[in-house]
Amino acid sequence: MRLIKTLMAAATALAVTAFVVPTFAADDPGPAAYAQALKGKRVMLVPLAMGFDLAQGWAHYLKKEVEAWGGTFETRDPNWVVDAGAQAITDAISSDTRPDVLIIHAPDLNSYSKLMKKAQAAGTYVLLVDNPANFPADAFVGSDWDRLGQLEAEAAIKGCGENSSKKIGLVQGDQANSSSLYQYAGIMKVLDKHPDFKVVAKPDSNWDATTSRNVTTTMLQQNPDICSIIDFWDGDATGASAAIRDAKLDGKVFLVTTGGGEKTADCDKLADGTYGAVVMTDLARQSGDMNAIIKFLLQSGQPAGTSHTYIYTLEKATTKADLKPDSCWDLKALQAEATAK
Amino acid sequence: MNAIGWLNPRSLNQEGIVFAIAVMLFVAAAIGLPGFIDPNNLVAIVRSVSVLGILALGMAVVIIGRGIDLSAVAIMAMSVAWYLQLLNTGTSDGVAFAYVLAGVLAIGLLNGFLVAYADVPAIFVTLATGSFVFGYVRSQLITQDAVPVPQGHWVELLGGLRFLDIPIEVFVFAGLAFLFFLFLRFTKWGRYIYFAGDNPVAARNIGIPVRPMLVLRYVLSAFVALIAGLLTAASLHSINTRVVNSTLLYDIVLVAVIGGIGLSGGRGGVRNVLVGAALIGILLNAMTIIDIPLLYQNLIKAAILLGAIIVDGIINPRDEQTAQQGDI
Repeated sequence: MRLIKTLMAAATALAVTAFVVPTFAADDPGPAAYAQALKGKRVMLVPLAMGFDLAQGWAHYLKKEVEAWGGTFETRDPNWVVDAGAQAITDAISSDTRPDVLIIHAPDLNSYSKLMKKAQAAGTYVLLVDNPANFPADAFVGSDWDRLGQLEAEAAIKGCGENSSKKIGLVQGDQANSSSLYQYAGIMKVLDKHPDFKVVAKPDSNWDATTSRNVTTTMLQQNPDICSIIDFWDGDATGASAAIRDAKLDGKVFLVTTGGGEKTADCDKLADGTYGAVVMTDLARQSGDMNAIIKFLLQSGQPAGTSHTYIYTLEKATTKADLKPDSCWDLKALQAEATAK
Repeated sequence: MNAIGWLNPRSLNQEGIVFAIAVMLFVAAAIGLPGFIDPNNLVAIVRSVSVLGILALGMAVVIIGRGIDLSAVAIMAMSVAWYLQLLNTGTSDGVAFAYVLAGVLAIGLLNGFLVAYADVPAIFVTLATGSFVFGYVRSQLITQDAVPVPQGHWVELLGGLRFLDIPIEVFVFAGLAFLFFLFLRFTKWGRYIYFAGDNPVAARNIGIPVRPMLVLRYVLSAFVALIAGLLTAASLHSINTRVVNSTLLYDIVLVAVIGGIGLSGGRGGVRNVLVGAALIGILLNAMTIIDIPLLYQNLIKAAILLGAIIVDGIINPRDEQTAQQGDI
């Protein structure tokens, strides 16, 4: 009897254990595999420059995440100089501490193609961010610039309205950067569908605010009845807005631009009426996409250069009417957070 | 002898050639381009080259004294960026301005001292100090490329100032041009600059204080750069330090040189700067009205400069008498 009781108790215990064990989280293989694949891995960001909102935002979110899973995060600052960026990438590839993931913000379609190929050959995954390039990177994360241009054109058409002059002016960036070329293509696609709207001038700013001001002044001088201007970047649209202000056309010319969604650069200017609409990149989400693809690639075990994924960030034209407290991110707050640590 | 020299083909010099090109362009644009001759457009032309012209005035004085200041753009952008950064972080206006003024003075003095007393060629000194100013301010004193002007600050109000509907930059440019003209033409030290630029050793031998004057010129150039920076920030409500990487520095030298100020020193004056600025202003405005892409604009600009230099070379050939040691 006693034996049977003991046996039964043992059986029960066994059964209970057998049922319970799988639900213990400690034996989930996920975290261990995750840690093993990621720990000690190096991620490097080479933007066009570290001194502007997008790069500082990316670096903030990437650093937080990479350091949390035990990796090393580094940045290089070419300060808008293409050669310096090429040098930084070359050094990174050939150094003892070669990064496992290289995130590159390409200055144009071709400059870094060979270097990126070299990086992949050395076993480094290459991510392109924001600016596309003529190179099959492991992943592209950023805006679909064509779509972004379409959104800008739609915002401009809406800003002009049906009873306006239907004259639109463009302030392009340059004729080399993919973001400028594709943006233009997107704008023209929409305008082709609205043949009553006309582009009256399309000068380049070369991404410089003073040049943007000068060409916009001339544009408004020649066509004082322009109803909307699309400037290709918020970094130089301050110049276009100054020209509109100087021509006393505030409120009459609907200024559309695009930017990284930083508070002082975009939302504050929407709020005070400087910009009519801004197609903003959701920077936190874009950085989140980068983090996800980095984690995926490092665990995938596939060699660098074998996948070609496009992860386009959801874009939206924001106007003063649909401005919300969380429409923008605040660079000052991120910097304060970084110094507080 | 004709002062400008373009009426008499024998004394046709680069200034005369460039002036003639500018006038021809102006006439052609006035006839061919609608809206070009509009008074508002003419004001816009002058305004678009005001900051460039102001910087070129500072550069001209340095070049006439047989030097060059490659740190001008760095001083212009970084001093104002630092000033605005100080204001944005709560420093009182007076203290912030005093810091920046002291900084600008210090860099001007350093440039001048190294060129005058350490005998380092100006091109290397100012290249180095320009990089230093940019690197130090960018990495240590400011957090971002673009620094906004605080709302309601006097710099912002300055940008909105108009007299007779003409922006303030135009008056500052005109005023500074007049002051520089008076300085170069009618003051003793102004006249000495030509002597020192033409033949520094002889100038020194006859007792001209060549070295202190050299220092003064670099300080002057640094101050002019600060004024240009403040005007830029006033108009755009922010300053973007990216301008240091742009072609602005070359454009400044271009305005001075295309107007006929020889890089070998001792020649030229304010009028040359005005002629150079006029040509660039008319050219850029006309090309923008025609909607020529930027790539071609640069090409045309460069071709005209090259043309002016070649014609100058043919009309005024260099020989052993006119060529000088230290000619760039």
